[in-house]
Parts: sequence; structure tokens; C-alpha cells
Amino acid sequence: MARADRTKPIEMEVHEQHQAQGQARIEQSLVPLIFEESVAGRRGVDLPARGFPSRPAVELIGADLCRKNLRGLPELSEPQVMRHFLRLSHLNFAQALQFYPLGSCTMKYNPVLNDECAAMPGFADLHPHTPDHLAQGALELMARLEQALAEVSGMDAVSLHPAAGAQGELAGLLIIRAWHHKQGRPRTKVIIPDTAHGTNPASSTLAGFEAVVARSGKRGYLEAAEIRRLMSDDVAALMVTNPSTLGIFEPQICEIADVLHQHGAMLYVDGANFNALLGVAKFGDMGADVVHFNLHKTFSTPHGGGGPGAGPIGVKRHLEPFLPVPRVVKDGGGWRLDSDRPDSIGKLRSFHGNFAMLVRAYAYILALGADGLAQVSRRAILGANYIRARLREHFPTATDEPVLHECVLTHDLEEKGVSTLDIAKRLLDFGIHPPTIYFPLVVHGAIMVEPTETETKQTLDEFVAAMEHIYNEAQTNPQLLKDAPHTLALSRVDEAQAARHPVLRWQPKD
Amino acid sequence: MRFLPQTEAEIAQMLQTVGAASMEDLIAHIPAELRQKAALKLAPGLSEAQVTAQLQALAALNPGAGQFRSFLGGGYYRHYIPAAVRAIISRAEFATSYTPYQPEASQGTLQAIFEFQTLITQLTGLEVANASMYDGASAAAEAVLMARRAAPRKDVVALSRALWPDYRLAIRTYLSAQPQIKIVEIPFDPQSGAIDLERLRAAANDRLLCTVAGYPNMFGVVEPLEAISEIAHRAGAWSISATAEPLALGLLKAPGEVGADIAVGEGQSFGLPVEYGGPGVGFFAARLTHLRQMPGRLVGQTRDRQGRRAFCLTIATREQHIRRERATSNICTNHSLCALAVAVYLSLLGAQGLRELAERNVEIAHYAAERLAAVGVGRRFAGPFFNEFVVEVGDVPKALRAAEGRGLLAGVALGRDYRELQRGLLICATETNQPADIDLLCETLREVA
Repeated sequence: MARADRTKPIEMEVHEQHQAQGQARIEQSLVPLIFEESVAGRRGVDLPARGFPSRPAVELIGADLCRKNLRGLPELSEPQVMRHFLRLSHLNFAQALQFYPLGSCTMKYNPVLNDECAAMPGFADLHPHTPDHLAQGALELMARLEQALAEVSGMDAVSLHPAAGAQGELAGLLIIRAWHHKQGRPRTKVIIPDTAHGTNPASSTLAGFEAVVARSGKRGYLEAAEIRRLMSDDVAALMVTNPSTLGIFEPQICEIADVLHQHGAMLYVDGANFNALLGVAKFGDMGADVVHFNLHKTFSTPHGGGGPGAGPIGVKRHLEPFLPVPRVVKDGGGWRLDSDRPDSIGKLRSFHGNFAMLVRAYAYILALGADGLAQVSRRAILGANYIRARLREHFPTATDEPVLHECVLTHDLEEKGVSTLDIAKRLLDFGIHPPTIYFPLVVHGAIMVEPTETETKQTLDEFVAAMEHIYNEAQTNPQLLKDAPHTLALSRVDEAQAARHPVLRWQPKD
Repeated sequence: MRFLPQTEAEIAQMLQTVGAASMEDLIAHIPAELRQKAALKLAPGLSEAQVTAQLQALAALNPGAGQFRSFLGGGYYRHYIPAAVRAIISRAEFATSYTPYQPEASQGTLQAIFEFQTLITQLTGLEVANASMYDGASAAAEAVLMARRAAPRKDVVALSRALWPDYRLAIRTYLSAQPQIKIVEIPFDPQSGAIDLERLRAAANDRLLCTVAGYPNMFGVVEPLEAISEIAHRAGAWSISATAEPLALGLLKAPGEVGADIAVGEGQSFGLPVEYGGPGVGFFAARLTHLRQMPGRLVGQTRDRQGRRAFCLTIATREQHIRRERATSNICTNHSLCALAVAVYLSLLGAQGLRELAERNVEIAHYAAERLAAVGVGRRFAGPFFNEFVVEVGDVPKALRAAEGRGLLAGVALGRDYRELQRGLLICATETNQPADIDLLCETLREVA
């Protein structure tokens, strides 16, 4: 998939690629769909003999309730299923295989031990309705993780309930909403900076607020003056990511928190970029009332091709009564789950959180400890600054402010007809997953690079070399970039067609 | 620090390139009053062996896992997981990739999700399914929100009281910011354990936005989804089915076949461990005409420049990263790896295996119910059931304690969530239960009943 031999001139590889295309055209797809590989009568699972007397199930439940068939479901034996999905796996870039500097996603190494811990039978086979006294280890793990997250963030209480960052946002905003209601002063607006992730305004709407956009100042950060300008008694909260999506620490955050609090509004800090701040600075000290964590970013749980993650939230003492239920509490009888919280916002999902992700995050925190976590952020910051410094000439950052764990690069290649997308696609030919592109929206053609602390200097140097190489290619042969990628199993995918003529499932031909 | 590769010498080189004297230089611009002076109050880092030992010690404090023969269900189900499922989802190519924004480098994830979407449409009998949601409860909440987007003037949501308490709670929480929407709970018929159709009919007027019913419901009873859908449709409302035990869809009529406009549910039964309640995976299917109102990611088929079939994320103009405050949902990360597990599991079972496994679950549960009835522990409800059912015992806590004493987790007590069912015990039997477990259950419950 990636270029096997990077010393070979890319033009030669492209030539070979063109020669191979004759063959490629015959091959309609890379891997047939599982449904196309199906042959009626095959099966990949054997059931044991029944071992007890029974009438047929259809009689027991009533024929009128039963379906006639499961038309279209594939029929394959185990070896075919294994080969199918293993072949698919080979079509993916992944953090374990490639440099994956996707900005604001924190694609760090996921320690494999953590998967083993989550798979321990004492965790994996624990049913969520298990009585508390038979699940003391799980409850204690949750309590310890809550405590650790509270410590690193400077918050007073943590709930592990939300399934993902966006659900944590919703939980946090509903808590703010409930708090204002309890004070008898319902409020209608949430201020969100123009650099924010799309989930922030989407969560605000879902939580019943009107999203009001705050403009970043000239230097790329949020200014207290702008918050003062937008402030009114209708404002429930400001929702801000710190460091921002530009990788910049919000220098006026304390003053902003004061403005908010003077007006009875809350500060919500989105912890998407928390990987910059472990043992560096605490949200609680910045005046945050609510924060959420993305365990799949900062705390190394695998991203899974788009989840599952986990999005715990932390709050200051005054908001604790509003946290989702159940809460993990300890009394004379040991740990138990407590749902008797009249002010709680309730539940946003079933049971007690994405527990298997919590196990992984806890194992990660144990492995690194206080010093290790502090090193994580420092080295993540060093990596981003190193890339910024090395690429300064052709890919300067969007602002001159100091950056933390990620940097947003810009370029002048549009005058050569080369877009940020072209650069991203060309990076694939170097075996590198592209950074986040066209985000944040405030930076034209943004390239948002988050290298993380688990990459070597050599990897960062290779990335720099690839970017420089691409820059030079853009000067001499821009078409090469516009036609990229050249060395993957597929050439550029037509995303516009997918949207124009949606084909969202396989259907039998007849 | 085994996860941190940079050596002291490399750090020095990198600092020099950056033009900083030390690591602390890099954070010196953070206001001094915020910069942490003291070390974090956490223990020092541990070796891999030490971490393992600590986690093993905690796992050992969960005797409820593995050391008991279990009849627990009630939203999460114990099923055998084929080794192939674990083998595939533990592949780092799947586990350590992220949302497939770059389709050329993500065809594995994309095609697997496309296959998942197809499988869900086949099971639900609907035309379009998304790339997954967090779980069944949040999917149900998103379904109600979608109905509201399609009919913003309708304001009454009718929930079956026999819908799982967590699903009802999640729907209430997701709707809590829209107080103009009224949620009514339709009681269950005390005889059948299914929704009281008369009460639903009485609530079905032109304000009715949607109905939400379990299929099967919290009591294991198969709701009359066709009748519910008819009542909803006559009022111009949507019928939403929610399924926590998707194995039932291997045998029952597909929700789309009996009138559901949206079918949501929990996919955990299909290849995911119970894991103390998460992560599972929500599924979400609807009719194609409502495509633009759907929440979540969608994978579509297209071509590359050579005309080869390819897959990519599509119809993203509904989503938060494009539409921001006007998005159909705030969902971003979903539960892709769990959706992959479902796709592998269903591919292994296939049409025939899924049907047989569903039948086996019906059979073992009915065998258990009959055996219990024979010792005087009768079913509380008469409605048709899939793999779980409610029995009545004199003293539920006492029965559960007695069962624990014999190495059994006998079921889920219903009294906490249903005041009217103080004597109700929800018993789930799956293919993982042996006839000998049922013998022991009968013996125990006979003694305390």
C-alpha cells in the first residue's frame, strides 16, 4: 500500500502504475463484498446438539410472528470470513503501522497490554446487572479512574458515563442548563469560538442553546474583550477548547473565566487537546466549571476506525449533584452504584459507561504515573514545535504564537494549482496518513499536524522530508500531486459521486 | 518510559532546532499562575508486569464474572463469541485507525462498515442504516429526535412502559432541552406484558409524533409491532422499534416488514462481550425517504479514477463537522470497531446459523420457563417471548441471595424500575445456559417461592 521503495523516482513508479492499469480495470473491486462471496449452504459457526427436549421454536413463539427468511445474509465458512476481513484490514492505514498525525485526534500508540487487561475474564465477562457486591473490582477501578482524572484536570468530581466526547459535551451542557434552571434563571445562549470543533455548536443546539460565535483575535486566540462584547444575562456558558485547535494555549483564559463568572455564566473546557496539558496546567485552575475528556485521545484507548471511545466529564463541586447516574459511591458495605440523585440530568446511554475503555485508560495511567504523564505532554509539545520549526520555510504556521502539542500549517501552493487536499493525497504515497485538513475553518487550506509523543525523531524527520519533497514536486510537476495517490490500491476516490448518487447498501441483483 | 521513544540526546537536538533551552521553555508562555508547580498526585509509573498484577487483582474482585452460572439479561446478553470475531477486531489495522476521512487509506474500515450497513438493513427490513451509534439507548433517543425533525409541529412521544428503563431515561435526557415535547408512557397490559393497545389508541391523536416500543421488550415479550405501527400511522406518527436483543431479528418479522419507520437497537449480542455494560454498538435503520434527516455517519459506494469500486463517507452535509449548529446530531466518533465485530459475527453465522441460533434461544428459554412452571414458579406474563421472561417469586431479594449461595445469578429484579412488579424476576436463557443450570435454577426458586 505504501511506497515500498522510496529511493525509486516516483515518476518511475507512476509509469509502472499506468502499465498495471490494464489489469486494474479488469479487477472491478479490491475485495469483493462479503455478500458476493456467499454460497448458499455454507456456514461459519456450528451449534452444539440441543441436549433438551423442545418443540420447534416457530411453534413456541407463533408462526405469525416469524419472518420467512433472512434474504441476502451471507453464507460463508470460517476460513472465507477470516480471509475476507484480513484482506480488508490490509487496505487500512493505522497508527500502529504508519505515522498518523491527525490534528486534534491524538493518534498516539495504544499499548497492547491495555487490550489484554480489558479482555481479562473478570472484566469482559462481567454483566452490567451483576449485583454490586460481586463487582467490587470494577467499581473500584471506576472510582480510581475518576479520582485520577480529577487530579490531572483539577476538577472536583468526574462521571465516566458518556460514551464519547460529543456525548460528554451534551452531558456537560445539560448540566449547565440544569444548574441555571435550578437557580431560577434559565439561559439561552452558549458562546463558541470560531476555532471550535463542529461537535461544540451541534451539542449546544441539542442541549437547547443558541450557539453564538466568538471571533478569535488577530493573534489566533480568544480575547476577553470579545467575550465581554458578547456577554449578557442570556449567556449560559462559553465552550472553549484549550489549547485551541490552533494548538495555542488560550492566554486570557483566567480573565475570560472571571468575566463569565461575574455574569453568572459557566466555563466549559473541551478536553479534546488535553494531551498538551498533563502535568502542565489544570482546567480547574483556569476556572473551568465543566470539562470533558476523550479517553481515546489523551489516554490511549484505540480509535477503532471511528470508535468506541469514552467521554468522561469533570465538574466543580457546585455541579456535582447534576452529574449523570449512576454514581460510584463507597459506604460501609463497599462500593456501590447510586442512582438516587434527584438533580441528576439522568442517563444518555445504557448502564455505567464504556467500561472496557475505562479499563484501558486506567491501565495507561498506571503505566505512566505522575512523571510519565508529565513527560507525555512535554514530548508531545516538543514534537509539534520541532515539526513547526523544520517546516517553517514552506509551510509556516497560521500564527506566530507559541504552539503546544499541534500546529496548523499553511502553504502558498494554490498559485501552482495545488490544493491542501492534493498535498494530503500525495502524503499517502510516502506511507504517511495525512494530518487533519481544512480545519480549523479560520485558517485557509489548513494542515493541522499533531505528531504525539510516541513518534521517534526519525519519523518526524521523514515527515518533514516528505513535505519538503511534495513542496518541490508542486513547483515542477503539480499534476503529480493532483493525480495522487499513485501507490495505493486505489487512486483518488470520487467522493462527489457518492453523495450525488447514494448507494448505501448492497442489494441482490435479481 | 516504554511508550516514549525520544532519547535525551534527541531531545537536546530537537530543542536546539526549535530554539528552546529546555522543555520548560516550551511551556513558559503559559501564564505562571496556571503552570503546575507540584507533581501530579498519582503513583509513579509501573512496569508492564506491575500493571498486569494490579489489573488482575481488581479483576479478581469481580466474582460475578465467570464464577456464577448466569441468567442475567435485561438489555445485555450472554452469547458465545467465535474466536474469529476477536481475531479480526484485535487487528491493529482496524483497531488503531480512525474515522476514514481519507478513503484511499481506509477502504478496509469503509467496506466493513458498508457491509455492516447492509446487514442491518437486511435484519431490520429497512432501506438505509448508518455506520453505528453508541448504543441502543442513545440510538432510540436519536430516533425520536429524527422524528421530530421530520415533523416539528408534532409534540407527543409515546413510550411503551415496557421499554428498557435506560432507554426511556436516555430519551428523556436527550429531549430534556425541548420541554415543549411531551413524553407519555403507555402502560403494559398486565396479562400479556405487551403494550396496552387501547391506551395507545387513546393517546394517538394528531399531536402524536412517534411511538417507541421494545421488540422484544424489557420483559422479553414480543410487542405487537404491526398493531402499534398501524395506530401510529393512522395518527400520522412514526413507529420506532427498539431492540436490545438483536438475535430476535433472526427469527421475528423484520421491523420494517411490520410497519416500523425507524428500527434502532443494541448490537452487543452479535460478537461483543458484556464488559460491564460497554462498549456495545447502536444500530439505526430508516426509510430512504428520510435519509437527509438521519443522524450519524454513512458510508456510500463510489469509484476511484480508474473506475474501480470504492467506498467513502458520504451525505456528510447532515453532520456536525460541516453543518455545525444545524447538524442532525452531534455524533462524531461512533462505535466502528464494534460494528466491525457485528459484521464478522453475522458473516460467520450467515442466514442459516442466525436463524438456528435464534431458534435455539427461544427453545432453551421456553424449556426453562416450562421447567420453572412445573415447580410452581409461573410466568408473570402470557405474551409470546424470545429468550427472557418474567417469573413471580414471593421475595425477590431472598431468592437472589439463595441463588447466589448456589453459584447462580438467577436474574434481574424488576421491583426497582417497576413498582408494580415487586415480585418480578427477569430470567434470560441463551445458548450459553446448560440444562443442568436450569435444573439448579428450578431447585433454588422452588425452595424460596
